[in-house]
Amino acid sequence: MIMTDIIVAGIGQTSVGEHWDESLRSLAVQAIQAAIKNSGGLQPQALYVGNMLGAILSRQTHLGALLADYGGLTGIEAETVEAGGASGGAALRQGYLAVASGLVDVALVVGVEKFTDVIGPDLEAALATLTDADFESVHGLTLTAQAALLAGRYLHENHVPTDGLAGFALTAHSNGAGNKNAMFRKAIALDLYQKAEPICDPLNIFDVAPNADGAAALVLTRRELLPKDFPHPVVRLAASSIASDTLALAERSDPVWFTAAQASVEHAIQKAGIHREQVDLFEYYDAFSIFAALTLEAAGYAKRGEGWKLARDGFIALTGQLPCATLGGLKARGNPGGATGVYQAIDAVAQLRGQAGVNQITGARYALIQCLGGPASIAVTHILERLT
Amino acid sequence: MTENNTLLKPSRPVGIVGYGAYVPRYRLPAKEVARVWVGGRATGLPIKEKAVPGQDEDVVTMSLEAVRNALKRAGIDPAEIRAVWIGSESHPYAVKPTSTIVAEAIGAAPHVQAADMEFACKAGTEAMVMAMGLVGSGMARYAVAAGLDTAQGKPGDALEYTAAAGGAAFVIGPAEESLATINASFSYVTDTPDFWRREYQHYPEHGNRFTGEPAYFKHSTAAGKIIMEALGTKSSDYTWAIFHQPNAKFPQRAASLLGFTPEQIRPGLLSPVIGNTYAGAAIIGLTATLDVAQPGDRILLVSFGSGAGSDALDITVTDKLPERRNKALKTHDYIARRTEIDYAIYARLRGKIAMK
Repeated sequence: MIMTDIIVAGIGQTSVGEHWDESLRSLAVQAIQAAIKNSGGLQPQALYVGNMLGAILSRQTHLGALLADYGGLTGIEAETVEAGGASGGAALRQGYLAVASGLVDVALVVGVEKFTDVIGPDLEAALATLTDADFESVHGLTLTAQAALLAGRYLHENHVPTDGLAGFALTAHSNGAGNKNAMFRKAIALDLYQKAEPICDPLNIFDVAPNADGAAALVLTRRELLPKDFPHPVVRLAASSIASDTLALAERSDPVWFTAAQASVEHAIQKAGIHREQVDLFEYYDAFSIFAALTLEAAGYAKRGEGWKLARDGFIALTGQLPCATLGGLKARGNPGGATGVYQAIDAVAQLRGQAGVNQITGARYALIQCLGGPASIAVTHILERLT
Repeated sequence: MTENNTLLKPSRPVGIVGYGAYVPRYRLPAKEVARVWVGGRATGLPIKEKAVPGQDEDVVTMSLEAVRNALKRAGIDPAEIRAVWIGSESHPYAVKPTSTIVAEAIGAAPHVQAADMEFACKAGTEAMVMAMGLVGSGMARYAVAAGLDTAQGKPGDALEYTAAAGGAAFVIGPAEESLATINASFSYVTDTPDFWRREYQHYPEHGNRFTGEPAYFKHSTAAGKIIMEALGTKSSDYTWAIFHQPNAKFPQRAASLLGFTPEQIRPGLLSPVIGNTYAGAAIIGLTATLDVAQPGDRILLVSFGSGAGSDALDITVTDKLPERRNKALKTHDYIARRTEIDYAIYARLRGKIAMK
């Protein structure tokens, strides 16, 4: 039983994009310094690093010690958390657990990924390690191919038109235009989506979020430890939940249903003590448009097979009933691997503090965020709440 | 920066006494590469077609063609040439100069400097700047600078559409004998690993989009901007401009970023019809421009070589050009001499079929 509020006291991020002149560590240090400053100068006692592929792409493991050192925090507890694409969310959960337990007063969570030092087949091979090595990647399956198989089945089973998933990309790009840290800051029209080059049928280039470099950091503490002159509206982590499913898609009796995503959302909603209709915005994991559709269904916002209609009908637009990907999502902000879950938390905090600029959801109180590893092989869900 | 420590300007004025181009006759349409590798998808092809060398052609034979054309226009005694410098990334030998073969063949040996340059696609302009120094110091009356390539792209790679063969050569000499003076040059060079081929590798590797923004565009526009600032010129002061042309799009965008109009780069924009001739790409644009330029025309030439760097040269055409340009085949004579081939012939000509 958690007796106190766990507060996201500080947020910091680099822009997401192709940062050719930055390294894994330099990106992370920028985010760490920004988050500590944003928290009013809280001093972290523990560092949890979310990272997915540093061992392969940057030939660097042991990020806890490295980033504590370069972040000017030598001596503190420090370790890496890896859960595929959900690494950032999993690192956030470790920070939450540490602070909630009372054993750590101030935790620093940093998500970082440096993609652009490796290109072409080597990058594809690295990404393929996120699937089941013995039963999936050995046959040449990549994450994108896996998502395309899911999308093909989904479109077929539910009689979805070929451009039925377009609304997810259109919403993301429209929202990305208002986020100065987003990789793509330009709205797109439906005809551009319809004419786009296929990546892996039926997914085209707008159905796949771009892998990109970035780092994002959060400072967590308990409410009573906030600085007296804390300058921001106070946002707490109202719930944290993580669930797993089979790693291999083929092991599932019902592939077009994200069981782990459903379980972790239901658990989080229950823990936060709210109804899902009270959620003001949802930062879902749109690494692929099909993931967004399946997530909306798993989270209970659409019936099975109808998640895509929420994008088509404006339900998820900034002005809709449940704004999603409010600062561009993975599609327009970019998908910086193990940093993505931390970016989602930052986007939620920005909305709840009223710092989301032209994309602000007026009066937002509850934000739901969820990041996935693979096709919801891991689902990490958090609910953030603005306290009054 | 002041002009003194920015520009390279020889104490003795120098210029181009003769120029020559060479493009082999075979053409591989980009749609042929697309047919073989991507199922014929015809949108977004980087060029229309590229020049492919014949089975008995290499950088030595092509350099000879270009240098001989330059000598025809220069009308000088080859024995007075004190340097033969040839830039390429596809010299036939890893060790043994192309330049000695060319120097011997044109009658410039043995009292001659000879060396091969390598700086990816800007080795040709690097040789020109070295020749400016040798002639501009008064140590030599003439120096030959050339840049040619028989560039290879890995089968199926984006570069296979454009990697082409051809180039140009120049006899650099005193300004008073020149058909165009080279008023000054400026080079912008950094350690930027956008494209490379290590020893014993057959094909180069590249960094996808990295080859654009932080490599090509940064260096080309910086070199162009800084030379114009140092000279006090602006884009409208130039009749013509030429930028390194790895494809059709990059030079047009670089020109636009520096304020040049499509008309200013039109004569030198050859990549759509011959491809990327690497060390020859910028300077064959210059020969095509000299083929049509008039006395008094001012030309800005900006090369780019991966690795990376750009040389910018400020050139003014003299009244000697009209009488000399008809003394050898023009650039477009070679481009018009066209035999289209399919991918199978291309694979045979370029040694892509393993015979043993």
